[in-house]
Order: sequence, then C-alpha cells, then structure tokens
Amino acid sequence: MNLYTKRLFVNRFNLFVSLLAMLFGLFWLAWILYTLVIAGFTALGPSLFLQMTPPPGSSGGLLNPIAGSLLMAAVGTLIGTPVGIMAGIYLAEFGSRGWLAPVTRFINDVLLSAPSIVIGLFIYEVYVVHTRHFSAWAGTMALALIVVPVVIRTTENMLRLVPDSLREAAAALGASQWKVITLVTVRAAKAGIVTGVLLAVARISGETAPLLFTALNNQFWSVDMNAPMANLPVVIFQFAMSPYDSWQHLAWAGALIITLGVLVLNILARVFFRNRTPTY
Amino acid sequence: MNAAVLQPAEQAVNQKIRVKGLDFYYGAFHALKDINLEIPERKVTAFIGPSGCGKSTLLRTFNRMYALYPNQEARGEILLDGENILAPSQDLNRLRAKVGMVFQKPTPFPMSIYDNIAFGVRLYETLPGREMDERVEWALRKAALWDEVKGKIKQSGTSLSGGQQQRLCIARAIAVRPEVLLLDEPASALDPISTGRIEELVHELKADYTIVIVTHNMQQAARVSDYTAYMYLGNLVEFGVTDEIFIKPKMKETEDYITGRFG
Amino acid sequence: MSAVAQTVEGLTPSPSDRSTVSRSIPDASLRRQHRLDQLFRHTTRFFAFLVLALLVGILASLLIGSIPAFRAFGFSFLTTSHWNPVTEEFGALVPIVGTLVTSAIALLIGIPVSFGIALFLTELSPPWLRRPLGTAIELLAAIPSIIYGMWGLFVLAPVFGDHVLPLLIGTLGALPVLGQLFRGAPTGIGILTAGIILAIMIIPFISAVMRDVFEIVPAVLKESAYALGSTTWEVVWNVVLPYTKVGVVGGVMLGLGRALGETMAVTFVIGNAHKLSPSLLAPGSSIASTLANEFTEAVGDLYSSALIELGLILFFITFVVLSLSKLLLLRLARSEGQRT
Repeated sequence: MNLYTKRLFVNRFNLFVSLLAMLFGLFWLAWILYTLVIAGFTALGPSLFLQMTPPPGSSGGLLNPIAGSLLMAAVGTLIGTPVGIMAGIYLAEFGSRGWLAPVTRFINDVLLSAPSIVIGLFIYEVYVVHTRHFSAWAGTMALALIVVPVVIRTTENMLRLVPDSLREAAAALGASQWKVITLVTVRAAKAGIVTGVLLAVARISGETAPLLFTALNNQFWSVDMNAPMANLPVVIFQFAMSPYDSWQHLAWAGALIITLGVLVLNILARVFFRNRTPTY
Repeated sequence: MNAAVLQPAEQAVNQKIRVKGLDFYYGAFHALKDINLEIPERKVTAFIGPSGCGKSTLLRTFNRMYALYPNQEARGEILLDGENILAPSQDLNRLRAKVGMVFQKPTPFPMSIYDNIAFGVRLYETLPGREMDERVEWALRKAALWDEVKGKIKQSGTSLSGGQQQRLCIARAIAVRPEVLLLDEPASALDPISTGRIEELVHELKADYTIVIVTHNMQQAARVSDYTAYMYLGNLVEFGVTDEIFIKPKMKETEDYITGRFG
Repeated sequence: MSAVAQTVEGLTPSPSDRSTVSRSIPDASLRRQHRLDQLFRHTTRFFAFLVLALLVGILASLLIGSIPAFRAFGFSFLTTSHWNPVTEEFGALVPIVGTLVTSAIALLIGIPVSFGIALFLTELSPPWLRRPLGTAIELLAAIPSIIYGMWGLFVLAPVFGDHVLPLLIGTLGALPVLGQLFRGAPTGIGILTAGIILAIMIIPFISAVMRDVFEIVPAVLKESAYALGSTTWEVVWNVVLPYTKVGVVGGVMLGLGRALGETMAVTFVIGNAHKLSPSLLAPGSSIASTLANEFTEAVGDLYSSALIELGLILFFITFVVLSLSKLLLLRLARSEGQRT
C-alpha cells in the first residue's frame, strides 16, 4: 500500500469510527428514554397526581413529593437568583479593577463544579444541626446554593456580550452608571439571564444528593417549611431501592415525571433564548 | 509642528469649545499631542484624517467618554462656554446632558421606539404624558423619522432598519436638547441612501446645535461641514474654513491627504 | 408654510425655553445620582463577597466537622481500608480509590467517544442534522443522575451481568497481568458498571465543549490545510486539535469534575462494599455513594465526623482538579501568546 492509499484508509476509518461514536451516544439516550417511558408510563394516571405516597405494599400517588419538589425548587430559585444576578453584575460591570472579581470568578467555578452532596453536607452542618431537625428550609437553601453559581456564570457571560457601544450611548445621554447598568445593559441581556435561570431550575429539579440530609422526606402532606418535606428525588431513591413492587412502580413514574419536566425546561430555555435575543 | 489655524472670518461667531494644549494617553501611548483648536458655535466642524490619526479620540474628549475606561487620560484644558470640562470637579452626567453623541454603529436600546427617545428625557425632566409625547414626536420629526415610525412607535427600536436605527439614535440625542452634538462617523455603517439622509439632517440641525463630525470620507466632510480640521498621527495639522482647506490648503501634508496621495 | 413645517414650528420649543436642560439640572439631583451609583456598586460587591464567604463557610464547616475523626485517625485515615461502624474504626481508602477509579474509567471511555461525536458533528454530519443531533446529545446531560442510577441498576446491570461480563471474564480475564481486573462473579454491579455509567453521563459535557471549540476554528486555517491536499482526518488531527488544545483540556476537566462528584448514579450500581479488590467487577464504593448511603443512618459523633471528613476529601479532590485545569489553561494560553 503506498502512502496515499494508506492515508485515505486512515481517513475513512477514523471518520467511520466517529460515526460509531455518534451512534454510541444516541444508543444510550434511546435506551434510557425507552426504559423510562415503558416502565413509567403504565404508572401514569390521575391517581399519581391526586394521592399521597402509600405505605409499603399498597398503591398510591406522588402528590406530596411533587408538591414538595415544586415548592422547594421555587423558593430555592427565588433566593438564589437575585444573589446570582447581583454578583454577576458586579463581575461584568465592576470587575475590571481590583482583586475581588478574579477571586470571585475562580471561587464561583469551584462552587459550580463542587459535588452537590458536599453542599448538602454543608447545610446539614450549619443549619440542620443547629435547628435539630431536617426541614424544607434546609433543602431550599441547599438548592439555592446550587442555583447561585449557575446564575452568576450565565449572567456575567450574557452581560459581557452586550456591546460597549450600548453602554456608551446611555452614558452619553447623561445617565449615571447604575441607570446605565439596570435600565440598558441588564435589559439588553434579559433573555440570556432568564435562560440561565431556567437552566438552573432544570438543574436543581433533578438533584437528589443535596436533599438527602437536609429536607429528608415526608410520608404525609406537608407544606411546613420547618419540617421535613417530601420531594420526588428522595422518594424515588427510597422506593427504587425497596423490594416492594408498587413502590418501584411509583419510582419509575416519578423518574419519568422528573425527566419530562427537566427536558421541557431545557427546550423552553433554548427556544426562549433564540427568540428573544436581539442581534447586535 | 505648528498647526496652521485660520480664524473664522466673521468675528461674531462664538467659540463654543476651546481646546488648549490637550494631550491624551492610552496607557503609555501618546495619542493626542498638544492640540489647540476652537470649535465655532452653531456650525458644523469636521475632523478628517487617516485611520489612527486621533480624530475619534479627540471627539470623545468633548464629552469625556474616555472616563468610562481605566488607563485613558487627558491632560490640558477644554473650555466649554468658558468652563474647563477636564477639571475633576466637572460633573460628568451634567456634561453629557449638554454634549450629546451619536456613534458609528447604531445603538438602539432594547425598548420601544418611544422609550428610546424618552429615556434621555426622563433622566433629567419630569414631563407629563402629553408633553412627553410631544417631545418624542418633535425629536423624531427633527430626525426625519416620524413619518416612517409614527404608526409603530411602541415597537422595539431594534426592529428598524440600519438607517432608521441611526436616525433614531440622532432623535434620541437631540430629544434632551443638548447644546453640542458629537457625531462619530455616523453614516459609515449605512448604505448610500441613508447616508444622504443623515447628511441632510446634519445640515438642518446646525441651525440649533454646534455639531462636530468625525468622518473618514473626505467628500462627506466637504459636503457637510463649515470648518474642517485635518489630523495626522495625533497632531492637528491644519484647521480652517472647509472650502479653503479643500481648495487651497496651507500645509503640504493636508494637500497630500486631500489629493489622495496617501491614506 | 407646509403642514409639516407648521407642526414642527408648533412643537419646537420657543426661544425663551431653549435655555437647555443642562443648565437647569440642580446640583442636588446630580449628587443624589452619584450616591445611588455608590450604593449600587457596594450592593453588587456585597453579593460578590457573599460568594467568597460561602466558600470559606463550606471549608470551615467541613474542617470543623472533621476534627473528631482527624484526632482519632490522623493521616492513616487516607490509607486504611477498614470500615467498621460498630467498632468505630474508619478508613477512607476504599471510597477514595473507588472515586478515582470510576472517574478514570469514565474518562478512558468518555474522551475518545466525545472526540468522535464532536468530530462527527463538525465534519461529517450533513448541516440539517447538526442541530437535532447536537440537541440529542445535550439531552443526555439533562437527564437527572437518579434516572441514570435507576436505569443502571434495573436495566444495564442485569444485561451487563448476563451477557457482557462473562465475555470479558472469558477473554480479558484470562490474560496474565490485566486479567486480574476482570475476575469475579458477574453480578453486573461494581466499579466497572459505575465507571461506564459515569462515562455516558460525562460524554455530553465533554463533547459539547469540544464541538464548540472545534466550530470556532477559523475556516481559513482548515482551508489552507485542505489546499495542501490533507484528508479530513489529517486536518482535524493536525490542525483543529492543536488549535483547540486549551478548550479541549477545559472540557475534559469539566467532565472529570462531574465524574468525581456524581452521587446518585454511582450509588445505585457500585455495590457499596468497603472492601478493596483488584477486580473491576467487584463491588466497591465511592466517597459520594458512601455519604449518600450512610450519612442519615450514622450514629455516634465519630461516625458522622468520619463521613464529613470523607466529604472534605472529595471537596479537596475536585478543588485540586479544577485548580490544576485552570493553571494548565493559563500556561497553555500564555505559551501560545494568549490565543483562545
């Protein structure tokens, strides 16, 4: 084989292997989604959303975990988003001078890649231990701590995308700096910032580890933020690992619900971003 | 290098801006060297010169836009109506309410056309609804944009075409009734027809505003301005009445640039 | 006078109030704006500080929580594999090894596959297919880890144990040295399965980053290579990959960080045993899975403290990985003259 033929062969071979890699990835996606749908679909029904989690052996629904997850995700996002946006504004708009911005950016990266179970551990140590009981507040705070780095990162990136000429145009009219930032710059980056928040919500919806030792779980209906609160991921964990058929059934249903919710959020965020971002 | 500065023939013309011994630095780079210049009131003055000569830099000292960035520094004096705007005590927001600017790239704010115009006005005036509507309409008419947008004034400013967006920016700048208008290559990103409209606009606006326009297009400077300053490598080479600069320049460097021998 | 001119006349401010706005702005309102500017700057800075405080808080609480365990075991905590809650003897070796080995397996499988996917998406795929395929791969990242865990336990593990593992044991297990890795009962639960699931989980992250950086390679660069007669593969291997070195390393580190901290997927399939074994097929545990399984049941201060010290170690490992990657990226960027 001369050199040229060999090169052609290598080229064909490697490109073929890349096709295999693509199929490899798609294969797992298909298999997982197929499993989810088959196993979870049969358990879907109105009772799922109307009944509480049952004791072992009997049938029921997932009403309290769904409600609990929604509640904690909402409050966690409400707490984490303003913190993230403000810090993101600092990094993008005031971050060119001084030491605080580069340090904060680095720390934010650390927090972003920190294992979420460590976040749960932290909240356990500072909150649960002191209040002597598990609670939804603890779970909410753990979720908020996961939201914050995501929102900081996306907010800063989106603000940086706003061209300087827009800031200058506002300043040229005599607007003071805080007005330039809040009325023009942030507004221009609005779509991207909202997308970041949506992605953060999608992320915390599927998180189990931070809730394991903070919100724990609750068999019954409760919206008391000071008590343990039922939530989908921990319920799925408990039910899936159990030997009871009805519980495992519910676990798959719950898994399907979470996955659908997360996928919908992701697609929403994508579409929202594409439609609302002004092109400069 | 001594600049050849011609005093305007009519002594009755006021000098709105007087630049005295201005030096400008980007970090260590000496971008403007000992500029001495007077901008007459209610006339159009053009800054021309090859890329990098400092004309935009000089323009941006007039509203201290450079102050937004670290490492950019101006030394010397710039007197606006007798007050030195380079003094540390000068309030930048007040200065910028007095000296408006339009940029090379159209920069509509992400809000409705109405709110774009009202933005600057709302900073310093509280106008009741009807008066604000009138001011917005006035500014849009002055910028020759009213007829094209009067039906869609609540639509986003970014939905307009390039030429329309730039006229929107001009309307936005004059809505706050500044005394000076700085135009930094306002038509360079636009097609020829929009460029023509902008030039007409400049001609109309000079009745009420002192206009300084930076342009890399010599023919535009000749068409539009009353006075022209030719700059090269940070120096002011020549300043005078436009017709005289273009027909019989005093400095050889000016003549070389104008006849296209370089740049 | 035309109607337009009349209207303009009517709207133009009369000479008397042409005294422009700027003269009439009161000093007080300007000062107020400056105070608000300061307030705003301080407020945003406060929130940035909060992030700093958060990290310090996390480190502090983990350190304080680990003190009892540290006092009891010292540094031998890292080298002991013995884990007995009853006699209160704890050693972190098994979880640490489990964490590192599963992540290593994940990278070994994940990096080549991600590269293949990125290559396919940027060079081979027809343009209309690019976005849907890219989105599909990104969906893999969106699937919550607990789903991976359940699927791994109920679907993958049995299939693996019944069909794939006996094959591996028969072939690779028979090899002299390497064979040790593939011995034991093919239950489908163990370090290997956990590593494979982790690989599937990190593939979307690494391939997304690779694809992004591959796409911003300037077309002229690739075209000059093609113009010399290079094949597609040669362009990618010799031009694109070196150009995107920095981003690729970043993507890999991102994937590694995720693999190290992944909890739920691993917990379901790793077997949760505190025994060290040379075989990849044997059950083991990772730091995260140990915490997930045992923390709520831990009785006694020493037990909890040992678990917290495990958490501290995990945090430390991910911190080191992240810092190393940033350093590497800095050095690479500097050696290339700050090219992205």
